[in-house]
Amino acid sequence: MLIKPGQDLTYADVTPKSVYQGRRKFLAGMLAAAGAAAAWKGLDALAPESVEASNTRPLTGLTKWPYSTTEAETPEKIVTSYNNYYEFGTDKSDPANNAQNFNTSNWSVSVGGEVAKPRTFSLDDLMKAAPLEERIYRHRCVEGWSIVVPWIGYPLSNIAKIVQPTPKAKYVAFQSYYDQKQMPRGPFAGIQLPYLEGLRLDEFMNPLALLTFGMYGETLPNQDGAPVRVVLPWKYGFKSAKALVKITFVKDQPPTSWNLESSVEYGFYSNVNPNVDHPRWSQKTERRLGGGFFSPRIPTQMFNGYGDQVASMYNGMDLRKDF
Amino acid sequence: MSAINSILISKWTKVFVFLLCLAPVGFIAWDLYQNPTAQADPTKFLEHATGTWTINFVVITLAITPLRKILHQPQLIRFRRMVGLYAFFYVFLHFSTWVAIDHSFAWPEMWADVLKRRFITVGFSAFVLMAPLALTSTAWWIRKLGGKNWQKLHRLIYVIAILGVIHYAWLVKSDETKPIIYGVLVGLLLAYRLGVWFVNRSKRAPGRAIAQPEKLETAETHI
Repeated sequence: MLIKPGQDLTYADVTPKSVYQGRRKFLAGMLAAAGAAAAWKGLDALAPESVEASNTRPLTGLTKWPYSTTEAETPEKIVTSYNNYYEFGTDKSDPANNAQNFNTSNWSVSVGGEVAKPRTFSLDDLMKAAPLEERIYRHRCVEGWSIVVPWIGYPLSNIAKIVQPTPKAKYVAFQSYYDQKQMPRGPFAGIQLPYLEGLRLDEFMNPLALLTFGMYGETLPNQDGAPVRVVLPWKYGFKSAKALVKITFVKDQPPTSWNLESSVEYGFYSNVNPNVDHPRWSQKTERRLGGGFFSPRIPTQMFNGYGDQVASMYNGMDLRKDF
Repeated sequence: MSAINSILISKWTKVFVFLLCLAPVGFIAWDLYQNPTAQADPTKFLEHATGTWTINFVVITLAITPLRKILHQPQLIRFRRMVGLYAFFYVFLHFSTWVAIDHSFAWPEMWADVLKRRFITVGFSAFVLMAPLALTSTAWWIRKLGGKNWQKLHRLIYVIAILGVIHYAWLVKSDETKPIIYGVLVGLLLAYRLGVWFVNRSKRAPGRAIAQPEKLETAETHI
């Protein structure tokens, strides 16, 4: 399958003039590449059928969130083939290959800690706890790539309404599923597992913070965090924990896996911020996946473009210190 | 003359090895053609794939001398220059991808990265050091420099291999498995040289004022 440009191009996809002019320098190379691409089309018949995720089912009766981005959605094939999910291996292709038989039946999520009504939800109960919406969010990885995904879920704040956090609750800790039998690559992840993440309570209550059950009209594929995950569009992707089994309301800032691995590289907040570089690479720009060769880097936006909804939570904080 | 030896000295074997060393180009093209993970971020894929093949070829280059001795197949030397040049071929693709595709020839931006990002500093240094080795790989240059000088210059490959491993190790986020594997391989191959050096040194008679100049067969036959 050759990557084709998205049909719904927006202004954001327009190639900046400087890049366009720079590209003229190897126009000749592009012509050669076009010739090669034409030759490749003849090979189409030889390409093996790729493994399709068969463990998903359609989700119906969704409302469309009115504030979705109008940017072109990343092709689903890419979102299901290019994953960071270290429990299943650290190469981008590992989760798609190794998570196919991950057993998510009889799933439950326990919610407790500093709450009036702790509760263990079956997946079914959890999915019915609030109306499901489709929300198209930008998603920016700390590694410098990004995607645009139609997620399906509802705001995490609905959970707080049910379990009623006490005044002592200031933070929320997330824990992901971990079972070495099902995830034999886990010991090589280089990060602490089970995967730990966390938010401040006001971040958890922010209407953008999504408890997510599906994408592209269907339940989540295993490699994308089935059966239930968090999606936090203003933070780097690793904050959005997958395969959620535990939500705990706590008094103190909880430990998080990447912060434990390297606190100078991965802060607790990890808000998308083009002005604070990762120590080993710049965060000023990002590459939108699926654009093929020569798709230009695009400028990364503060809070991934969600500043109007989230910036006020960080008033008075030094985001260079609390990165 | 053994059968293996006659295979090694056949010109067809050389042609075969030449084509074999080109096979990774085919693998990379095939992945870009049909592997959605590669297609998602083809620039990164190309950078990583050409980088991996560079270090593979550096390791193979370093392995040839020990294998000649251990397997008693001195004719393996016939392939060392070619494999070494292939290491440069893949590092050139690696560097070109970074320059032309990843950064679209934005030289100031790239130079800032070379100075600021230590994994790029190290990788760039290794690339710069490889260029003179590729340039001086011909028989003409061996004669011009003299075998001994040529050999000294080409010991830079030890430094390059170490820098390559460090470049890889500093690049990965948390899973160091692969850099460790390369580190162990390079470590063993360099330890072999160190061992040979110690043995040669202790063979010399103690107390001899002036060491005999080592007999040079041809520059190619040494370490």
